[in-house]
Amino acid sequence: MAFQGLRIPCGPFNVSIHSDLETLACVLHKIYADFPIADESVYVDFEVQLKAPNHLRKFVRPQISFSCDGRIPFKPLPIGQAFPMLEWGLNWVISSHAHSYLVIHAAVVEKNGRALILAADPGSGKSTLCAALVHRGWRLLSDELALVDLVSGNVLPIARPISLKNASIGVVGAFGADVELSPVCHDTAKGSIAHMKPPAASVDLVALSAKPILVVFPKYSKDTQLVSETVGSAHAFLEIARHTFNFSVLAGDGFDAIGRLVDGVRACRISYSSFDQVIPEIERLWRETE
Amino acid sequence: MTAIGANPHLLASVLSKPDLAAELDTRKWERLVWQSRAAELMGQLHHTLRSTGNLDCAPEEARRHLDAAWTISEKHAIAVRHELRGLQEILQPLGIPVILLKGAAYCAQNNRASIGRIFNDIDILVPKSALPAVEERLTWAGWFATHTNAYDERYYRDWMHEIPPLEHKNRATALDVHHTILPPTSGIRPDPNDFFTAAKPLAGEWSFFKVLSREDMVIHSACHLFFGEFHKGLRDLLDLHALLTDFGADNQFWDALLDRADHLGLTQPVVDVLQQSCRIYNTPVPASIRDNLQIRASTRWPRWMRAWLFEHALRPNHYSAAGVTTPFGHWMIFARSHWLRMPLPLLIYHISHKLFAEK
Repeated sequence: MAFQGLRIPCGPFNVSIHSDLETLACVLHKIYADFPIADESVYVDFEVQLKAPNHLRKFVRPQISFSCDGRIPFKPLPIGQAFPMLEWGLNWVISSHAHSYLVIHAAVVEKNGRALILAADPGSGKSTLCAALVHRGWRLLSDELALVDLVSGNVLPIARPISLKNASIGVVGAFGADVELSPVCHDTAKGSIAHMKPPAASVDLVALSAKPILVVFPKYSKDTQLVSETVGSAHAFLEIARHTFNFSVLAGDGFDAIGRLVDGVRACRISYSSFDQVIPEIERLWRETE
Repeated sequence: MTAIGANPHLLASVLSKPDLAAELDTRKWERLVWQSRAAELMGQLHHTLRSTGNLDCAPEEARRHLDAAWTISEKHAIAVRHELRGLQEILQPLGIPVILLKGAAYCAQNNRASIGRIFNDIDILVPKSALPAVEERLTWAGWFATHTNAYDERYYRDWMHEIPPLEHKNRATALDVHHTILPPTSGIRPDPNDFFTAAKPLAGEWSFFKVLSREDMVIHSACHLFFGEFHKGLRDLLDLHALLTDFGADNQFWDALLDRADHLGLTQPVVDVLQQSCRIYNTPVPASIRDNLQIRASTRWPRWMRAWLFEHALRPNHYSAAGVTTPFGHWMIFARSHWLRMPLPLLIYHISHKLFAEK
């Protein structure tokens, strides 16, 4: 048995992970190395299992299935994709249950107690930009889900691994020897996938939330000029609502929370083709806003 | 995994005796939340605890899950009513009777079974002769079939009691359109006209729709549960417990229910429901009825085996409620549901197709 009941924090929740898979244990051990393992006294919000969907699938074209408290949100995947599946599953756990927060599809980084939210459609370069900022000293709050507290308006850190796709894997790997990546999984639904280990400093400060002051809608495209424009609050509202997973569940409370969020931040749209363009621009906006 | 099968009846016992909540420690609350999540009963658990003044016993960590489940159930009820308004607009011009089944009926009736409930789909019953017109109007309004391969099409059209499930193209709501209450291949073929004749129109906003008579409503939900695979067995049985408790306040209901079940040839599932609902939720079935149920039972299965089967099938689908033999029990239930649904030659054909032709 690889691990039975490994308790780790997962955003606002504690999850207990069960799996017989040795290979998964190895990747978890490497990528989650800095995470605290909670003892028996902690309240476990979700029980998560990764195991073969049936006995046959342990041996013939082996597959793995993710389940959380008896529910199976995705179809089984080839066994080699166990770690990405765990990560997608944990994102699903947060986005379908963290209803004390706006759950926004966005990356969040922090500096001096203030948060920068990067909200974008998949494929816009959000996670890669997030990894680049984190590598330059910003604290990682999340690469995928911004959790904005409905009452305080602050963003709650998650600090789980950063998910990288296709060409981004090489780009982030080239940042330096201090970047630790999980083994690359090829041919997943999203192409090739690898996860970057979150910095220990970000994991240590996972309880420390931050007030958002800047929202950026980034868009990476090859061979493009830097275009940076301020976005009006009505437009920013609609854009954030579109990226909010639980907008329909929260209804009126969600509407009000997005309104307060938009009132308290500056919002910009940035198109770029290189970090040399976008990062100085983000730092300029940050200095102006702070 | 530690503590396998430690609390097989935790959820059901708190639902039927909510005062037990005061005695639960943190470990038990954890399990209660997991089990209610697995059984899709967290909204109902919230309501039961709140209405008996026991919600404050929940530790903060459990409470936030219960509160969120309640919020979600309220949104579901709004969404179902929205869909019903749309369906009324689509189907009214056809001038046919449209009966709401299961969750949609509970919701439109404000029945207590709808409180805290999650609705995965909307089920309606229409006359078989009206199906082509119903399907055409639904298609124009954005409802499309989700099972599109030729085998699935044939499976539903030739053998089942419903057309292939529909889904709304924008909202992804699921809609099941039935023309009778049981698969004709099961060999039990009650006359659908019986249900339309006995159906009752709803009042007020929903007066276009009808619901099954109270006896038929119980019989239909009983068939759905006891001919099925028990995926949400505990939830479906709690629905039935709520219906029986409500309708049973009228003393004449019980004999009417059993007479109707005899008339339709569906006594066995009703006997099963009454026995299991009494066992798990302490449903107030009059002693005169309860004590004579076993005489009506008509099954070749030994009594102990059925008791064992239902005991496992009606546990929450969570490892904290499972025993060593539970997986085998679930397999038996799966096999039984198919056995009841179709004759052996058809079953072999169906299973062969699923195993080989679709790989």
